[in-house]
Order: sequence, then structure tokens, then C-alpha cells
Amino acid sequence: MGSVVALIAILMVLLSGLSVGLVNDGVSGLQRMKATSFAFQEDVGKDAAFSRSVFDREAVGVWAEQDGVEQAAPFGNALVNGKTDRDVDIDLALFGIEPESFLAPEVAQGTALSGAPDEVVISATAAEEGVDVGDVITVEQTGAELRVVGVMGEQHTFGHVDVGYLPLRTWQEIRAGVREGDQVPDRVYEEITAVAVLGADVDLPAGDRAAGTKSLTTEESFGASPGYTAETSTLKLIQGFLYAISALVVGAFFTVLTIQRKQEISVMRALGASTAYLLRDSLIQSLILLVASAAVGVGAGLALGAAVSTTAMPFALEAGPIAVATVSLLVLGMVGAAVAVVRIVRVDPLTALGENR
Amino acid sequence: MTDHSVVLDQVSLVHGDGDETITALDSVGLEVDRGEIVAIVGPSGAGKSSLLAVAGGLLRPTSGTVRIGGVDLAGLNRRRLTELRRTRIGFVFQTNNLVPALNAVDQLRLPLTFGKVENPREPRKLLEEVGMEHKAKRRGHQLSGGERQRIGIARALVTRPQVLLVDEPTAALDRQRSQDIVALLAHETRAQGVATIMVTHDHDVLHHCDRVHEMIDGKLATPVSR
Ligand SMILES: Nc1ncnc2c1ncn2[C@@H]1O[C@H](COP(=O)(O)OP(=O)(O)OP(=O)(O)O)[C@@H](O)[C@H]1O
Ligand SMILES: [Mg+2]
Repeated sequence: MGSVVALIAILMVLLSGLSVGLVNDGVSGLQRMKATSFAFQEDVGKDAAFSRSVFDREAVGVWAEQDGVEQAAPFGNALVNGKTDRDVDIDLALFGIEPESFLAPEVAQGTALSGAPDEVVISATAAEEGVDVGDVITVEQTGAELRVVGVMGEQHTFGHVDVGYLPLRTWQEIRAGVREGDQVPDRVYEEITAVAVLGADVDLPAGDRAAGTKSLTTEESFGASPGYTAETSTLKLIQGFLYAISALVVGAFFTVLTIQRKQEISVMRALGASTAYLLRDSLIQSLILLVASAAVGVGAGLALGAAVSTTAMPFALEAGPIAVATVSLLVLGMVGAAVAVVRIVRVDPLTALGENR
Repeated sequence: MTDHSVVLDQVSLVHGDGDETITALDSVGLEVDRGEIVAIVGPSGAGKSSLLAVAGGLLRPTSGTVRIGGVDLAGLNRRRLTELRRTRIGFVFQTNNLVPALNAVDQLRLPLTFGKVENPREPRKLLEEVGMEHKAKRRGHQLSGGERQRIGIARALVTRPQVLLVDEPTAALDRQRSQDIVALLAHETRAQGVATIMVTHDHDVLHHCDRVHEMIDGKLATPVSR
């Protein structure tokens, strides 16, 4: 049973790493943005807000004037496929921003966006795939050429795709499918995906009424990124089952153990051990067993996880979620043990004499 | 009143209810003094174990009174009864009633962990007294039946009980071992001033005892000569 708990602990750690990894992969690009909320096209479905929402940028001005809004800036989002001049295939989630707005990313390497139309700043993870400062990425959809001027210090991904920040105007052209030499209608430069809002205490519904938009907090907007809700809810379900299974396994184990120890317990009762003593004794034993096997499991899980981290799998070990998972495992294990150990109350000290035949 | 260590007066114990009742004990009277070892013999099902259970506070009699050191058990609640068992009564069982996970000396320490015990025996010394000091680190399954029984007796004595209740201590032992064990019980009874009631099937060990009672159909006969 120690080994079962250890195995469950390993699974917990791996699942936790996978969840964190998937969340990172799905929405780290959003998590690392300074915006507190995003205003989308009013009638767009929540699940697809980032990909479907298109509206006029005049809403930015309306939002900037709302109470509590420190900053409001236009934001554009599009997924594209690209290829560098060194023949590296790279998919990018393009984040169109105004380089002077609060959304402008900090770079760890190279330079920030200066305002030149063909610049792009990419996620650290894109750099790991072989894209470097100085490379030119050709967007397959339109043939637009983007010069990599900077690389951000951390992972910025959105829907499992590396983020590339570029000037809003360039993003608008790419989104509209404008090719070199095309005549660009003015309307193209009016279209944005969302208004990114920064402000601690903003009345979102009021802003939405004024601007004719539909706001999601940054936290809520995670659910609007591709596949995010489905992935996280699946993992949560698996985790939930794992907790339930561990409580059942531990409960079953201690039930069997208590039944096995019946004779011994009846002897101790006859010798004057109180019920409280026996319960305490058994619970402490359970706790020691649980903690020891969980420790072994978490240790093994971390080792395994470290190995998995080096692969392409979205996987990230973070102390917080692992601690939560471990504590939940212990607590539920103890609940299981407590339910089982209550049988001690029913052990009759007479059994000690009774078995004498 | 008397200051006998154990007094059973008109004790009856009826099992079951309605039509199907079994009278395990039928108006049993018995008094045992400090330093006295009393044997109970009788056929299977006569009520011998029932007598020990009632005397040790494991079962409440249907009628009659049980007094241990002058205390009427009927007046004690569950908690008090448990405490009385812990401090005043020692049980020795037939076989293999040691706690498997503990070594010999820890078996003796076990009853001292259940709660406060006044002036307990020193487990190591007691182990020496029953001739087991050289096996202090052995677990139950690494000991012979006779050795286990010695540990069981020592465990019952570690709290300096007033009363020792012993159920068929020699049932799993050969002749010589049986003699040794009952001799040890008789010796400890006298040395420690305990009142001992021993149930046995083994007529060869009765000469160690001060009195022998025969039990038939729940009735305890007056002492028979041995
Ligand atoms: N819990 C119970 N419910 C009903 N009847 C019981 C119960 N315990 C014991 N008895 C009955 O009470 C009678 C006395 O049993 P007891 O165990 O005291 O006999 P004993 O003299 O110790 O027998 P043995 O020598 O076989 O150990 C028996 O008829 C037994 O079947
Ligand atoms: Mg019996």
C-alpha cells in the first residue's frame, strides 16, 4: 500500500507538472501581459473571443476615459505560419500592439520595438527552436517579412504557439491579407481584436455599455484562448479522480489492516487500552505510512518530471501546485484511514479470551 | 466487608435473549485473596472463560456483584472499567496474544503506554525474572510457545495488578513447559501478592495451586481436593 500511495504521488506530481505546463503553453503570453482585462467585440462567443473578435479601434478612446482605467491600448491577435531565412519553420501567435503603449514587451536580448513596421519581438521559447535576433521571418499567408529585433526573457506562448509582438499597423495588414504593392483600404487600419485595459478598479459592465464591447478579465480571457478550457478541465477531472482513488485505496488498506489487527487490538483493549488510545495509535501509524510513501512518490515524481521537462512536452514543475497536490493527497488519505480505523471502536476485548478454543 | 482481592457474589451471566438463552454463569460465588492462586477446571462450555470475563470487567454480569479490591464493578462506567483493567487487572491469554510488531521488552512496555500507571515494574528486570532477558529483542514469531507465555505473564504483571486472570496458559505447551509456566505463575502470585484465577484443562499442574474449583454448566462447585 505504501507503494500504491507512492505511485499515486508520482502521478500527482506528473499531472501537476502537465497542468502547469499546459497552462503555461496555453496562456503564458496573456499571463505576462500587464493588462487587467480585455474588451472584445460585443456579440462574440466567449470561447473564441481572441480569434473571432474584430471591431473598430475607436472603442480604445472610450475605454481610456472610463473611471479607474489607467491605460487602454489596442490589441490585435492572429495565428500565422512562418519560415525564417535560415529555413526554420515557426508558427507564431502575432500580438499586434502600439510600441509606445503599456503592452510593449521587455526584451532580454536585442532591442525593443522601435516603431519600424517590419520589426518583431519573439518569445524565449521561439528562440529555443532556432530563431535568432537578425533572422527574417516570412509570413506564409501574406508574404510579409518580419525582422526579429528582440527576444523576450521568458516563455510567452498562446494556445501552444510562440508569441511574436509586432506593430499594430503591420498586424492589421497581415490580418487583412495585404500583400506587397496592394492598395490598402483605410478601414484595415481601424480593426482591432480587443482593447487591453489596465486598472485595478474598473467597472467593466459600465465600460462595455459605453464602448459597445464585451469585457473579460485577463483571468477569464484564458478560457477564450484556443483549447484552454478543454485541456484544463480534463486534467482537473483526472486529478479529482486520482484524489478520490487515493482516499479509497488508503481507506481500503487500513480497513484490511484493522481487520488483520483485530486480535491484537482486542488484546490491547483487554489490557486496558482506551478507545482514544487505539484510535490515536492507528492514526499516527497511518500518518507515518502516508507521509513516508508520499515523500518517496513526490521525490520519484520530481526526478521523473525533471526528465520530462527536457523533452518537448508542455511540462513545468512548480512548488505551489505540487505542495497543494501533496497536502490534498495526505488529507484525503487520512480521511480514508480515519473512516477505516473507526472499526476499532467495534473490536470487542472479549475476542482475546474467546479465541481460546 | 472483606478485603479479598476478588469477590464474586451470586454472579449469573445469561447470553442471548428471548427463547434462546444460555446460562453461562449460574449464581457463582468466589473469593480469592492476595497471594492465592485458584484453579478453575471443567468441561468445555462450562463457563470458565465467562467467569474470567466477568471478573475482569470485560462483561457485565446479568445479576450479582463483582468486586475488585473492594470496588463494585457495577458502579463503574466504561472509562473507569478500562482504567481498572489497566491498573488493577492482568490478563494472560492462551497463546500468541503478543503484539506481532513488538519485541519482547516492548511487549512489557506496551501496557505502560496506555495511561498513567503508579509504580510500574521495570520491564527489563521483570523480563529477567521470568527468565527471558536474553531474548529481549525477539519478536513473538521468533519465540517458542513457552517463551511467548513467559512474556505474556510478565506483560500482565508489569503494572503490579491486584488480580491476575489466566485462561488456559498451557494449552499449547508440552508437559515440562506446562509445569514451568504454572510454577512461574504460582511463584509470581505469592511473590507479588496477586490474587490469581487460572482456568485450565491440565490436571497435572493443579498441585501448584492453593485451591481447585470445578465448574459444570455455569455452576462453581466448592473446592475439590487435588
Ligand atoms: N457471546 C456469546 N453469546 C452466546 N453464548 C455465548 C457467548 N459466549 C459464550 N457463550 C456460551 O456460554 C457458555 C460458556 O462459554 P465459555 O466460553 O465461558 O466456556 P468455557 O468453559 O470457557 O469453555 P472452553 O473450555 O471451551 O473454553 C457456552 O455454552 C458458550 O457457547
Ligand atoms: Mg474458555
